[in-house]
Amino acid sequence: MSEQTTRQIDRSQMTVSDEIAIDIRNMNKWFGSFHVLRDIDLTVHRGERIVIAGPSGSGKSTLIRCINRLEEHQAGHIVIDGVELTSDIKNIDKVRSEVGMVFQHFNLFPHLTVLENCTLAPIWVRKVPRKQAEATAMRFLEKVKIPEQADKYPGQLSGGQQQRVAIARSLCMQPKIMLFDEPTSALDPEMIKEVLDTMIALAEEGMTMICVTHEMGFAQAVANRVIFMDQGQIVEQNNPTDFFNNPKSERTKLFLSQILGH
Amino acid sequence: MSDTHAQTVPFVRDTMLPSAAPPIRESGAVRWMRENLFSGPVNTILTLLGLLIVWFLIATFWDWFAHSVWNASSLNECREIITATWGDTARGACFAVIRERWNQYLFGFYPRELYWRPTMTFGLLMVALAPVLFSASLTIRRVVLAITAVVTLWAMVVLGAPVVWLAFAVLVLAGGGYLSERNITWLLPFSALYPLLGVWLLWGGSLWGPIFVLVGPALGWVAWRLLSRVSGLLATVAAILVTLVFWMVLAGDATGDAERMLSLSIESVRSDRFGGFLLSLTIGVAGIALSLPLGIVLALARQSDMFLIKSLSVIFIEFIRGVPLITLLFVASLLLNYFLPPGTSFDIILRVIIMVTIFAAAYMAEVIRGGLAALPKGQYEAADALGLDYWKAQRLIVLPQALKISIPGIVSTFIGMFKDTTLVTFVGLYDPLKSMSDAVRANIEWKGIYWEPFIFVGGIFFLICFGMSRYSMYLERRLQRDHR
Repeated sequence: MSEQTTRQIDRSQMTVSDEIAIDIRNMNKWFGSFHVLRDIDLTVHRGERIVIAGPSGSGKSTLIRCINRLEEHQAGHIVIDGVELTSDIKNIDKVRSEVGMVFQHFNLFPHLTVLENCTLAPIWVRKVPRKQAEATAMRFLEKVKIPEQADKYPGQLSGGQQQRVAIARSLCMQPKIMLFDEPTSALDPEMIKEVLDTMIALAEEGMTMICVTHEMGFAQAVANRVIFMDQGQIVEQNNPTDFFNNPKSERTKLFLSQILGH
Repeated sequence: MSDTHAQTVPFVRDTMLPSAAPPIRESGAVRWMRENLFSGPVNTILTLLGLLIVWFLIATFWDWFAHSVWNASSLNECREIITATWGDTARGACFAVIRERWNQYLFGFYPRELYWRPTMTFGLLMVALAPVLFSASLTIRRVVLAITAVVTLWAMVVLGAPVVWLAFAVLVLAGGGYLSERNITWLLPFSALYPLLGVWLLWGGSLWGPIFVLVGPALGWVAWRLLSRVSGLLATVAAILVTLVFWMVLAGDATGDAERMLSLSIESVRSDRFGGFLLSLTIGVAGIALSLPLGIVLALARQSDMFLIKSLSVIFIEFIRGVPLITLLFVASLLLNYFLPPGTSFDIILRVIIMVTIFAAAYMAEVIRGGLAALPKGQYEAADALGLDYWKAQRLIVLPQALKISIPGIVSTFIGMFKDTTLVTFVGLYDPLKSMSDAVRANIEWKGIYWEPFIFVGGIFFLICFGMSRYSMYLERRLQRDHR
């Protein structure tokens, strides 16, 4: 098992409420004629920390990209915070400003400084005054432990620093839900820990999170639910203890033996 | 095993080595020459060959330049002076033609006593451009504005500008300098108004004309404010309609009436008196300023998901790129008159500017599309994920990066367009290269003069185009953000 999450985790704020944050019913998606997501049913409560695992091509990234409509689903319903995602552009913009997303390749804006990356959306989408947006941004940059890099450009930072800026950039919109799409897959081993620590700190504050990741140590330490996907379907979901110690399906057992076996 | 006990003695470095200077052969001019001129037998031969060609060129043309005559009133007088000074067989350049006729190459047939007007217009153009082109560097602005002020005022005094206008120029130049020191963005309103001021100064006529041109969009804005609560689309359409109707129906009469009540006019100059570099620069600057925004719109339209918008853009771009510029210019000068209602007179320079603009915009659109395509998909996704709508994402994320990538292509298009302005000779306008030289040669005194005007005109074109090219390199360097 991974060594990365050895520190003590404060679980006092990690409470799951009854309130439903994300409700996905019978969702299907095709890329052309390829049936990439099949009958997905998923309910996420506020405060849940969900890790989605699975082999590549199983549709896990596509699933979370449907949640903020970076991908369009063709059948079924996705309701975020009571707002259903349809082709109505107003609903899409509303959902997107409530749902933060962190990408595998960071996708920072290279022509803007770190601080400008963080203040852009609050200023232009939320209409926050510049001074206030900058104060908020500095607060979140301190939280991800890189306030001293605020005036640099993303190209001058290391991968781990860039990913932490990307997390701060999302947090500046004060989202209710955070989506992580393989946030550590493009990082050097040395830098994975700093990003995972940032994500753990976020979980400790009670953020609703859905993470697509291969960091099973993180899943065990932080998640309250692990979902295993294969061939566009949810094959198994369980709490981390049972998921790792007691997998039910053969496919899950095989997957776990492959990624934990060495 | 070996004597060094490599396997048995562990090694730990306790002092780090400081960095040392490179060997002398690896630095300075010696290294540069070794690497660039004499790196091998082939390169050494090529270097010597190059030197030979340069020497041959200089040897051939040196006499011609060295025997230049600057003071003469005709080509024959030039030849006599050359023969008298350097002997019967000597050849020499007769740059006296430039000294005698420089004004026609610069201003065409613009009235001589009004030369100060285009001069001032050009000087003020530099002030208007300062916040657009040199927004980042106070030092560059100081140099540019200082040189502009000195040259413009000196030229205006020499050309006999009235004191009132000298005072006006001093006011604008000083004001520009002051705002440049304080906060350059405050100068942007002047940049926005400059096109109207420039048109008025060049063509003259009543000041009420440009004022009422401004009233149109102002009324449109009022209409937009009134209707925007009802429907955004309706308000936009109404604003455009109100502006156009005001311009077409009311602006002309209003200008006449206002002029009768309070005359605010300067002597007007007809378009057929424009010529030389005045004409080239007017068309070039207007074309550059208009084709960039049009090109951006066309490029975005071509990337659009909406079928109709995309198709219209593709058809426009492919059609315009498919015909030569001369065809468009002939359409502007001849065919347009058939299609317009009889009696409408539509200024020839304006028609040419429109054609040159749409021609350059089609190329510009493709250049910018290349920049858009070069952006990683992740940039669009990140903008979407943050909740930015289409226009904000384009303006804040996509275009700043795409335009930066496209700078070399955009400036190439500008340079090409500026040089293409000489093609207006085919529709009877006096471009500096062909028509103006023909006009000069039509005079018996300068009949037969060829190379000297070409060198003069070519030299000025080179300076302007080289300037644009250097500016684009400066801009690329300034916008360099990725240190990867």
